[in-house]
Amino acid sequence: MSEHTAYTEGPKVPARGERETLLEIDGLSKSFGTVHANKDISLRVDRGEIVALLGENGAGKSTLVKQIFGLMTPDSGTIRIKGDTARIKDPKDAIRRGIGMVHQHFQLVPVMTVAENLMLGHESTKGGVLDLEGARQMVRELSARHKLSVDPDAEVEDLPVGTQQRVEILKALSRQVDLLILDEPTAVLTPQETDELLGVMRELASGGTSIVFITHKLREVLAAADRCYVLRQGEVVGGVDDLTHTTTSDLASMMVGRDVVLRIDKAEATPGDTVLSIKGLKVKDDRGLPAVDGFDLDVRAGEIVGLAGVEGNGQRELVESIAGMRPSVAGSVHLGSKDITKSNARDTNNAGVGHVPEDREKHGLVGGYSIADNLVLNRYDEEPFAKGFIRDFGAVRNHAVTLREEFDIRSPNVEAPAGSLSGGNKQKVVVAREMSAKPQLLMAAQPTRGVDVGSIEFIHRRIVDARDAGAAVLLVSAELDEILSLSDRIAVIHDGRVVAELPGKGADRTEIGRLMAGDSDAGSDSHSPSH
Amino acid sequence: MQWVQHNKIWAGAAALILIGAYAFYFVNSNIAVSMFSYAWFLAVPLVLGAMVGVMGERSGVVNIGIEGQMLVGAFAGFFAAAATQSVVIGVIAGALSGIAMGAFLAFSTVVGQLDQIIAGVVINIVATGITSFYFESGKTIPRGLPNFDVPLLSDIPLIGPVFFSDGPIALFALIIAFTLHFMLFKTRWGLRTRAVGEYPSAADTAGINVVALRLFNVTVAGTLAGLAGTYLSMEATSTFERNMSSGRGFLALAILIFGAWRPLRALAAALFFGFMQSLASQLQASDVVNIPQQFINLLPYVLTLVVLAAAAGRVRAPGAVGQPFVKGD
Amino acid sequence: MADPDLPPAKDAPAPATEPAPTDTGAAVPVVAERGATPPPTGVLGILVRHQAIVVPILAVVLAFAIGAILIRAQGFNPTYAYEVLFTHSFATESGLLATMQKTTPLILVGLAVAIPLKVGLFNIGGQGQLMAGGIGAAWASYALRDLPAALIVVVAVVVAVLLGAMWASIAALLKTTRGVHEVISTIMLNSIAVGLIDWLVNGGPLSDKGQPFPTSHAVPEGARLLPFLKLIPWGLPVALLLSVVVAWMLKRTTLGFELQTVGRNKFAAGYAGIGTTKATLVAMALSGGLAGLAGAFELLQIEPYRYQNGIAGSLGFDGITIALLARGNPLGTIPAAVLVGAMRAGAPTLQFQLGIRPEVVDVLLAITLLMVSLPVIAKLIFRRHATKQTQLAGSWGA
Repeated sequence: MSEHTAYTEGPKVPARGERETLLEIDGLSKSFGTVHANKDISLRVDRGEIVALLGENGAGKSTLVKQIFGLMTPDSGTIRIKGDTARIKDPKDAIRRGIGMVHQHFQLVPVMTVAENLMLGHESTKGGVLDLEGARQMVRELSARHKLSVDPDAEVEDLPVGTQQRVEILKALSRQVDLLILDEPTAVLTPQETDELLGVMRELASGGTSIVFITHKLREVLAAADRCYVLRQGEVVGGVDDLTHTTTSDLASMMVGRDVVLRIDKAEATPGDTVLSIKGLKVKDDRGLPAVDGFDLDVRAGEIVGLAGVEGNGQRELVESIAGMRPSVAGSVHLGSKDITKSNARDTNNAGVGHVPEDREKHGLVGGYSIADNLVLNRYDEEPFAKGFIRDFGAVRNHAVTLREEFDIRSPNVEAPAGSLSGGNKQKVVVAREMSAKPQLLMAAQPTRGVDVGSIEFIHRRIVDARDAGAAVLLVSAELDEILSLSDRIAVIHDGRVVAELPGKGADRTEIGRLMAGDSDAGSDSHSPSH
Repeated sequence: MQWVQHNKIWAGAAALILIGAYAFYFVNSNIAVSMFSYAWFLAVPLVLGAMVGVMGERSGVVNIGIEGQMLVGAFAGFFAAAATQSVVIGVIAGALSGIAMGAFLAFSTVVGQLDQIIAGVVINIVATGITSFYFESGKTIPRGLPNFDVPLLSDIPLIGPVFFSDGPIALFALIIAFTLHFMLFKTRWGLRTRAVGEYPSAADTAGINVVALRLFNVTVAGTLAGLAGTYLSMEATSTFERNMSSGRGFLALAILIFGAWRPLRALAAALFFGFMQSLASQLQASDVVNIPQQFINLLPYVLTLVVLAAAAGRVRAPGAVGQPFVKGD
Repeated sequence: MADPDLPPAKDAPAPATEPAPTDTGAAVPVVAERGATPPPTGVLGILVRHQAIVVPILAVVLAFAIGAILIRAQGFNPTYAYEVLFTHSFATESGLLATMQKTTPLILVGLAVAIPLKVGLFNIGGQGQLMAGGIGAAWASYALRDLPAALIVVVAVVVAVLLGAMWASIAALLKTTRGVHEVISTIMLNSIAVGLIDWLVNGGPLSDKGQPFPTSHAVPEGARLLPFLKLIPWGLPVALLLSVVVAWMLKRTTLGFELQTVGRNKFAAGYAGIGTTKATLVAMALSGGLAGLAGAFELLQIEPYRYQNGIAGSLGFDGITIALLARGNPLGTIPAAVLVGAMRAGAPTLQFQLGIRPEVVDVLLAITLLMVSLPVIAKLIFRRHATKQTQLAGSWGA
């Protein structure tokens, strides 16, 4: 980075025009079929500044940066890097021009070591043989310089998510990067890890590296960015050049185009009998390692229990195990008085568990099937949808027509393939199916991920309605805001265990953040072992 | 030496096998040499076939069509040699036909996004169709590829006569297994190939041309399949028969899996297959046991199923094998 | 849901970027998949909607065109060759019977490939399963030779179906319990069937030692299925009926829904409580049974009514061509099997009348398979409207 130091000696935020313009985008458009993912986007990034791209899911942020990094080609418009307007052909070209990117889904080869991942694409060799020692040395140097410690010989798949992200950043830095793009870098981090990352970003920027980071979290924009652009429906709808006097609600209304209701109106919960009772549950992950490790939780009728936690702390395995999709190795799960520990997915569903799965594309829907078929995916062989072993298409259709209306599923008809719907409408199909069975227990995992704001409000409303109708609701979400706004009670999961339970009302996000990070002292005041 | 420390079990097993083989050799050197030579004789096309699989699957492309590629190689090599009366031209034709078959698989799957398994099955059926249509009986080649002694190495007891007194393709198979192993784990090409087969988008974002590397590997691997076929029709025998690959391409795939997608382990697995067959023939010939000949012939196929069932869960396929790479996804 | 196309074993990958949602306040239907463009109208529109038929026809035409070049290169007149081929197969009494006799097993082995395709499995083992059925029928008919003829036929057919199903189930069990890929296991099982049966009829317990060549005992005369009205082989109506039943089963029954769900998205199937294991076993057993039945008909309705090596010809592999030509549609196997059957039936005549080697049919079928499986062809005509292709290879590493 030594050649960049000249730029760092100026004032922290120099006036516009004093610094070199590193990236300039002009009139860029990109569409997929009839959908405009990016429409006439223009923006500018100067040397050494941190620019946030803010927008909700589907606003076109990822598409935009993928074009900067050469992963996609714009339909029209120019991307100028250090004055050069030549088309960025591919990532190699982008790297050559000093662009680095940390992807939302880490681009690391899991079975290779940190050093191998770091050298990939720009390997140095000695007499034709890979210079692994050199790569190790490079990892050590970069780690030391940027205070991002990693073991060069560790295999990436054995590393925790936060460390993998460090490797991603080091990988980008190993290539003499002028512009570092971070795509949703904080999605997988605890609030504390997030703070650390923001610190690293500021340090890099003061060293002369420009940073573009994508987020939909307003707080992070205010905490780290010098400037921000707001994207909505593929267009830049606004920008803030000086963030010092901006508030989160200003940004929020720019982001969604109207005032957002962050808190949903709901009546006080009136919890009834215990519906779900989990005791000492242990579940292994795909690699056979313990993911859920002695988990205890009760959920009562008429209450929403939010399970807060950083992703990868066993939430997925927990939900899959309750739903009967993954065997548990110890402990028990009861639904009312019924033991469903060993029930398969179907029996669990029939017993009264509705499950909105985390990955709706993978588990929740069959993309090639019609909406109607998807709405009976786990009841296709029950009355009235089948008479004996023969399916009754009339009944399936009628059911679908009713639910399409009731759940506001936007589609040409119920015969349209579910795969052709937008994220929000796909989720409405899943929610409609699971709620229409009037479950005793509704499990919703990441129910609003990748869903537009309108659908989010709708889905939240329905979850509260289900509670008011007497269902027990277990809400699992990585979005702390979602947990805070919906939950009557909050349980925090860390390392496969409930580390604290708190009342939903008046819950403190910093405290929950510390609990999520595994800081057990944090919750000592409010830990309520009553359940 | 570092290898020995990291692979204690493998090193131990290899040492034991070597000791056992030499013990056998000192008890009866004639039978030992003939049995091990026959084992290697049977293993050669399997080794080459498995290396075809290594190159393809390590970069993410399944090759079910090795069988057909071998068959075409055997056919092209033999008939080119017969037409020109030159074995050298025969070998070249065999290798080139392999390239053509490799290129077909490469372009149809990597560029055309044809499902890799369907593509392989299509190759096999097309190979059978074409080789039987153009087959002409009664053709001969001047001579098969000759055996020769590698200086010094062929004087080593047991190993010398088994591995270093063979024809050129057999020697090539031995060399290519070691070379490929080295290249896969020690060179830039190898690192990139493994990355592309394991997680192509990571390779892509690191500036590696995934499509080009896959095309290159699968096409070049075809040469090895062509040579495996040429071995069958010009080195192991001097004749072409219909369907003469008789399932060896599939055995090679099983060996590849059993060998955990590592060239040297696959070499060992191929030798194991060859040895089991050689042993069965020896037992049959010496009247120790009376098994119908058909059962001896079945051995490799049954062995394949057993070996695959046993390997399940113990080996891990390259992460992206079988999946087409679509940029930007 | 009219979906004659092959199912993608995996759902299409989610678009990398969620497309921008339209204004949620407006009542606009959102159909926002990447590449969603309005369907074309006019002639192209008709072709796009019927591409399940258009593509195979085009593939056959192209294959015959390429075949014509090959035949010409051998010094023959291709139009005349095709004329001879099809005149014999359809316009002569013996040729027509032969065509129908060939079509019978071809429909069944075509179904034996098509059903597993719906579950995302590629059954290359139709050949071995057919052989298992054939030898089973040979054994049963000889063992029961003193019983009434009708009973012999029924038991022989049942044994054939069970043996075929059993042979296929080995591959299914290896897949579900040990994760062995069905493509390799079914191919190995084909080779094993060849060897085992060779032993059985060549000096083994089922061989008719009174004959100078390896063979099983002949089916008792009364139990031979002579053509109905001297023209229609008994197996043909059975095969036709079964393809209708299979089509109905897949479309209208809960079992069909289960099989197709597993084939399209096995994760969603697991979520819905539909077992992949059960679907794999059922689909393979059904397929094996159908192929076994084909073997029974080969033995019971075709001279010399004995099991001899080579009886299966390349029927099992033709089944792959047929299933892919039919794009996995059970009813589509009928015309595809008729075409292949006619070519197989007419091949010997090409040799008698013109001196063209009968293997020309192998080449023609191979090219047809090539043409129908290359997605490039559909993409060239339909561009982004081309239906998605089967995804089987994704299960390789699993």
